[in-house]
Amino acid sequence: MTTLAQPGPGVPGPDEQPLPSTRLTLGNRLLRSTLVRSLLLVVVLAVVLALVSGALSSYRDLQLAYGAYFFAALAGLSVLVGLSGQVSLGHGALMAIGAYTTALLIGNEGWPLVPALLAAVVSSALVGIPVGAAASRLRGPYLAGATLALAVGLPALANKFPGTFGGENGLVINPPTPPSFLGSSFSLERWEAWISLAGALIVLFVLYNVVHSGVGRSWRAVRDDEIAASLCGLRVGRMQTLAFVISAGCAGLGGGLLTVVNQLAAPTAFQLSLSLSLLTGVVLGGLGSLSGAVWGAALLVLLPNWTTDLSHSLSLSTNVSDNLPFAVYGVVLVAAMLVWPTGIQGGVRAAGHGLRNRRRMRSGGQGAESQSSKPGGEER
Amino acid sequence: MSQHQPRRALSVMTAVGLALLAAACGSSNSSGGSAAPGVTPTSITFGTHQPLTGPAAPGYSEIAPASQAFFDYVNAHGGVFGRKIHLVIKNDQYDPTQTVNVVHQLVLQNNVFGIFEGLGTPTHTKVVGFLNSSKIPDLFVASGCPCWDNGSSQPETFGWQPNYTIEGKVLGQYLKQHFAGQKIAVLYQDDDFGQGGLKGIQAEVPSSQIVTKQPYQSGTTTLAPQMTAIKSSGAKVLVMFTVPIYTAIARLTAFTLGYSPQLVVSNVGIDPITVAGLLKTVSKGKASGDALINGAITDGYLPSFSDTSNPWIKLFMKIHQQYDSSAPFDGNVEYGMANAYTLVQALQAAGKNLTRQALVNAVETHGGSWKGPGIVPFRYTKTQHGGYGGVQMAKVVGAKINTFGPVLTTDPTPGAAISTYSGGQPAPPANGIPSQ
Repeated sequence: MTTLAQPGPGVPGPDEQPLPSTRLTLGNRLLRSTLVRSLLLVVVLAVVLALVSGALSSYRDLQLAYGAYFFAALAGLSVLVGLSGQVSLGHGALMAIGAYTTALLIGNEGWPLVPALLAAVVSSALVGIPVGAAASRLRGPYLAGATLALAVGLPALANKFPGTFGGENGLVINPPTPPSFLGSSFSLERWEAWISLAGALIVLFVLYNVVHSGVGRSWRAVRDDEIAASLCGLRVGRMQTLAFVISAGCAGLGGGLLTVVNQLAAPTAFQLSLSLSLLTGVVLGGLGSLSGAVWGAALLVLLPNWTTDLSHSLSLSTNVSDNLPFAVYGVVLVAAMLVWPTGIQGGVRAAGHGLRNRRRMRSGGQGAESQSSKPGGEER
Repeated sequence: MSQHQPRRALSVMTAVGLALLAAACGSSNSSGGSAAPGVTPTSITFGTHQPLTGPAAPGYSEIAPASQAFFDYVNAHGGVFGRKIHLVIKNDQYDPTQTVNVVHQLVLQNNVFGIFEGLGTPTHTKVVGFLNSSKIPDLFVASGCPCWDNGSSQPETFGWQPNYTIEGKVLGQYLKQHFAGQKIAVLYQDDDFGQGGLKGIQAEVPSSQIVTKQPYQSGTTTLAPQMTAIKSSGAKVLVMFTVPIYTAIARLTAFTLGYSPQLVVSNVGIDPITVAGLLKTVSKGKASGDALINGAITDGYLPSFSDTSNPWIKLFMKIHQQYDSSAPFDGNVEYGMANAYTLVQALQAAGKNLTRQALVNAVETHGGSWKGPGIVPFRYTKTQHGGYGGVQMAKVVGAKINTFGPVLTTDPTPGAAISTYSGGQPAPPANGIPSQ
């Protein structure tokens, strides 16, 4: 098992499964197309989430919205770190670019929601081009350092130009209004959840297709061995830049959605701690895996509340109970990494394999080898 | 193509499903069915957002627990109309985005009756819109931003402490009278708090006298550029609209620069116990905090916490001893108790059949005549939601604050006169709980 913070050869990608079998269990040829499959996935999820959001309380809807914008950023980062093998400590800053773009366009220019969010994606992706190009020349700690500078430096711009960015006070926009055909009982929180989830599903759709395309395979090749990849004719730098740009666009959308849901873009939301929590979420959820990003998003939203509730239920002195949530948060993260070194998704997958192996053993088949012994990126 | 690809799509679905389940598991405590949320015949629940950690935490984190202590005291004496007052305190770390999150949680999940004493200008401004459109009473914001004072567009929101422009005007008048012709510098937090105070100063002090105005952003770790500029401007007087941590950083920076102007500090930034403690911490024990802020000029609208002969301070110290003894008794604790006292007055005035509208009406109708720990009258009317209407000058002496001179009232408009208030302060009720 290799360390996960610095992915290298041997870090399991999203796609390793034991026994790359050539048997086709189902004759459903349609399901074999990535496009159709991802479309089906998104449609099913959209229906399920729409139904679920209606059954949830307003605050849970809001949490769903928080989770969805975190997913957008996390999924992009997960693909960057887990698949193309680059690390970024600067994704909080890329979210800030999307957030401020959205706030400026909706608040000052009166743009409608969708074009403003598209602009958020484009602006973050544009910033991602030079950063990604620079990043593709850097390795390991140097890459981390360069992106760290972005995370520290960029939010400070808001305070440097308080006239444009509102300084510490931030930029405030009006809440989105649910369309009237949804009825008057349709809550604002549910509408915010829908907007945010729609963004998350688009990210899911795009990344799912990219990951399972030639580009995704090239990323894995570059991650596992740059020299071998370039000998095969892959342009390593270009592939890494592309990964960074796509990932930056996802972060931008996440930031834009954050602005829409909170009706606020303020620098305190995009401090270094956000970049670090994003990386934490990605690693803890499961590197390089879209399911892992779902886990990561759920954790980023729920864990702070749980730790706060826990430390306040202990009836300690206020000085201790005010600070305990942060300590508990840390302990939970450490414990989770010890229990699931490949992230939660890795744990779930291992559990799934365990079950399947046992079934296979019982039915007399040969036992599957542990998935982590397989090198990454052996798809097909 | 291998067989496992559809399984991957399934795994995403499973993850979404399980994550939703995890979220739903905790949702059992949200019981939104009640007609009037947060109030029952035996209880009433308020929520508040406070900087329990983060840059504004030193000193300010004591405020809500002190309010809680006062409510505990009232509850021990039977509550208000038989209702025990509960306060749900959420930590927003003085981060506006967190404030939006926790206030939604308080309203939508904890089903609070209203928000009480939400702390901070950059923070609370982000939830005023939500609270007013949802018709949630938003009482006695712990900030002196002039922006709370707008009864017609924000009927639910009420300020409590004197707004920063009123405070700035009174400080400005004092400067005009006692430091005439001297160079004055202003260090201010670059938001509605600092800008409001600066506006008040500028309304009174001739602009030629203000040689430099230095803003800082909350969250910064150094004030060296600002303090260097202030020192080189040659100002003899430094006016500060700063929260305690930046009062301490500014003072320490001035000290290391060998610069010792007369300090004039907003009442929110100079609680001597808090600032002296911070100075000691920030200087790693090298500086004596009391000495560094000795002689600083400030103001107050409550009796000084160090005036232990005042019956209100005696009352608050007694309650503090009983319910909140882990914190030091300082200006922040006094603030929390006095604000809680005002909320109890409002609940008494709203009557037995408590509704959200009744509470808001009670403050608008009766608030202007409430007497209590404040030494100045409230400015509550149907359209004015601004809180205390004046201050009295004060000076830091050692670990104490000594008030001096007349009690002054004014309103925030630049031309409005500053007048002396002689209404006096009544003694607290015998049991310490406002009568109905």
